[in-house]
Amino acid sequence: MDLHFGDSKPTDDERAAVDALLGPPESSWEGADRSDADLRWARGGREARDRRDLLLPGLHAINDRVGWISEGALDYLCRRLTVPPAEAYGVATFYAMFSVKPRPATVLHVCTDLACAAAGAPELCAGIEARLGPGVHVERSPCLGLCERAPAALAIRAGDPVRTAVSAPATVEGAVLAATAPDSAPEEPPAAMAVPQAGGDDLILLRRVGVVDPLSLDDYRAHGGYTALRRAFELGPAGVIREVTDSGLVGRGGAAFPTGRKWQATASQPDHPHYVVCNADESEPGTFKDRVLMEGDPYALIESMTIAAYATGAHQGYLYLRGEYPRALHRLEHAIAQARARGLLGDDVLGQGYAFDIEIRRGAGAYICGEETALFNSIEGYRGEPRSKPPFPVEKGLFGKPTVENNVETLVNVLPILTMGAPAYAAIGTERSTGPKLFCVSGSVERPGIYELPFGATLGELLELAGVRERLRAVLLGGAAGGFVRPDERDIPLTFEGTREAGTTLGSGVVMAFDDTVPLPRLLLRIAEFFRDESCGQCVPCRVGTVRQEEALHRIVARTGAAAADDIALLRDVGRAMRDASICGLGQTAWNAVESAIDRLGAYE
Amino acid sequence: MTAIPLGVPRRLVEFTIDGQEARVPEGSTILDACRAAGKDVPTLCHGDTLTPKNACRVCVVEVEGSRTLVPACSRRAEPGMTVHTETERARHSRKLVLELLASSVDLSTTPQVAGWIKEYEAKPDRFGPEAARLNEEPRIDNDLYVRDYDKCILCYKCVDACGDQWQNTFAISVAGRGFDARIAVEHDAPLTDSACVYCGNCIEVCPTGALSFKSEFDMREAGTWDESKQTETTTVCAYCGVGCNLTLHVQDNEIVKVTSPHDNPVTHGNLCIKGRFGYQHVQNRG
Repeated sequence: MDLHFGDSKPTDDERAAVDALLGPPESSWEGADRSDADLRWARGGREARDRRDLLLPGLHAINDRVGWISEGALDYLCRRLTVPPAEAYGVATFYAMFSVKPRPATVLHVCTDLACAAAGAPELCAGIEARLGPGVHVERSPCLGLCERAPAALAIRAGDPVRTAVSAPATVEGAVLAATAPDSAPEEPPAAMAVPQAGGDDLILLRRVGVVDPLSLDDYRAHGGYTALRRAFELGPAGVIREVTDSGLVGRGGAAFPTGRKWQATASQPDHPHYVVCNADESEPGTFKDRVLMEGDPYALIESMTIAAYATGAHQGYLYLRGEYPRALHRLEHAIAQARARGLLGDDVLGQGYAFDIEIRRGAGAYICGEETALFNSIEGYRGEPRSKPPFPVEKGLFGKPTVENNVETLVNVLPILTMGAPAYAAIGTERSTGPKLFCVSGSVERPGIYELPFGATLGELLELAGVRERLRAVLLGGAAGGFVRPDERDIPLTFEGTREAGTTLGSGVVMAFDDTVPLPRLLLRIAEFFRDESCGQCVPCRVGTVRQEEALHRIVARTGAAAADDIALLRDVGRAMRDASICGLGQTAWNAVESAIDRLGAYE
Repeated sequence: MTAIPLGVPRRLVEFTIDGQEARVPEGSTILDACRAAGKDVPTLCHGDTLTPKNACRVCVVEVEGSRTLVPACSRRAEPGMTVHTETERARHSRKLVLELLASSVDLSTTPQVAGWIKEYEAKPDRFGPEAARLNEEPRIDNDLYVRDYDKCILCYKCVDACGDQWQNTFAISVAGRGFDARIAVEHDAPLTDSACVYCGNCIEVCPTGALSFKSEFDMREAGTWDESKQTETTTVCAYCGVGCNLTLHVQDNEIVKVTSPHDNPVTHGNLCIKGRFGYQHVQNRG
């Protein structure tokens, strides 16, 4: 590999940020002063290249310290990791939270996505921009995952250490305070505030949220923590997989693939090592359940990942957390450190001679990284572009090795499966959708938040629970990649098969209610804008199709009936090709919500 | 005559394409099978010397049992597979891909695309005059080649050729995201400030003319580029002893560009800066 570095140098701050992550450089080849030894041999190339996966953490380190990534800083990081600067530049410019142009140290992300838009984000943005001077960069952001407290803003101030503050529900004053004085901004409400049912007796997945102290391992154990892992060691790996298979658990991230089958397929691969990856890159507009689980019950996720690893023969796990969740990050970092200190992670988990550890990887603002193979690329230090399948991750996943990837909610389901046993778990819900399910309810409801219901409850029951307001106009099921249903379709059973029969999807469990004060065409435009922004750009149907979709929606935003007919026909043509020919789920679903709004709601009639 | 490298013997995979029995060696793609069967499946990003990237999606076909269409260029044939290449569904996606591309990119120097646009009745104009395009000026920052991103379909072939698949220089990559994604060198600098070694292998694989010889670019600008008047002569490079084959493209007794045969077992179409660009001394007749 030829490596060419320009002559731009890092500042002391930038160098310190990189060195804090990678340790001081050892030879002049990676940026240290030249020593006698360097004149005789060149070390580091291959070793450093093996650490390519530290590129994303390195970019975070610089961005966190300085607020943006300069040429000198990027080149220094590349030198340390022997990564070609062109590739690193391609990675740095892929993520929304990084900037390769100078900007102020404080960035205020103001959510403009569906729930926040309905709750007045545009006025909020205007008010904030009028109040804030040039010292703060205001960024209109996709969903921040704080929909139950919409509208929301997240301030990030670069420095050592980096400081963050959340304002939600955000007011102009609150957001300005968060941006100008993140240390004195008021504390976020506890995670349990997002769970209206908190403390309820019949909860399974949310049982501990609001009850347990998320910072205390002892408290977690006092509330039944680590009994599932003990049971897993009794059952053995094959026994665990049998229980998970018998439970009928399917993935909760949206694809609904049988979890037991995925684990079995990974476990039986002859190639080693195996990896466990937890997909906590929850970026679907309207989704915040994983955040609440991680903030309210972080040890549950650590325990479930350990069980998944034990069952599939993995000794290393990666927890890929979206970059916009600072509180979840701190809680999980704390939980992992505690678990490690107490022998629940490390070389000898629970004294069973089984080694497993977890590394957290932070995303940097890219919805596409929730796609499983894009997530692998992101961890490995490449652009977060999806890979084409086959081969599937169970065969060639992270670092080209067999990998089991599950999202947070799916993993947390494994605990009750092991503690109550597969038959009891499978008895919950319906025959084909077993177990409890989390729903993220937001929008025009009295009590937005995470709800846990057994599969099979109807949409109406859920809306009733959340206190749906009068004059409901539309309900978005499954988030931006899901579909709209009419307010009179409250009988739709919330199961995978029930929603499919009704011609829609359950997706990741998003239920957003919109009353008739919310202008539907604006909402659709926002969805189109979201997909255009978040397309990775790899394949033509998605890269150009999402742009053409947004353009057509702009043209018909104020038109109806026959005047909109030609553009609706165009949308259908483009949408069909996106669905059929895109590489991954992003392009394939980018037209779902708009199509359903036209067909089910008569959006432009 | 070119030498054909012989691989290890491979088993045959049996499946059907458009109702006909097909037998191809294990590991072949659907596209290989289609071509062997004499079927025309359009491709833009497919490169004969590179790993398929399947980014353009113009070669999609229908495979029974698959929820979405599959790219023929990269999906391997499996026993018992049932492939349909000419269904309405596949043709619709190909047509739309051509429309989407042609509405956003200048395809005037892309071979064969005009024929496909006609065949699939694609109407790139139907997205209206306001449809977003690149509209970028060509980048001319050195004497050897020109980057005209207005013609770039982001097929990644130049990235692969510059990177681990051939050249190992890694001077170019994709930067940005979505519609704003562009091929770029580090820090989006001029080529002269980058790691580029001017081998021109990216030009060799570029399917659209987005990367071209400065000589070709200048002649096109002047209106003097005329492929019908060009002859191609394959010879051996005289600079060193490796024995790379050069194909000299000559118009009006002047060498106008140099390529290399892709089926050459030594170079597979790749050259270095001397072989690719060092031809002026041949025509210094003064």
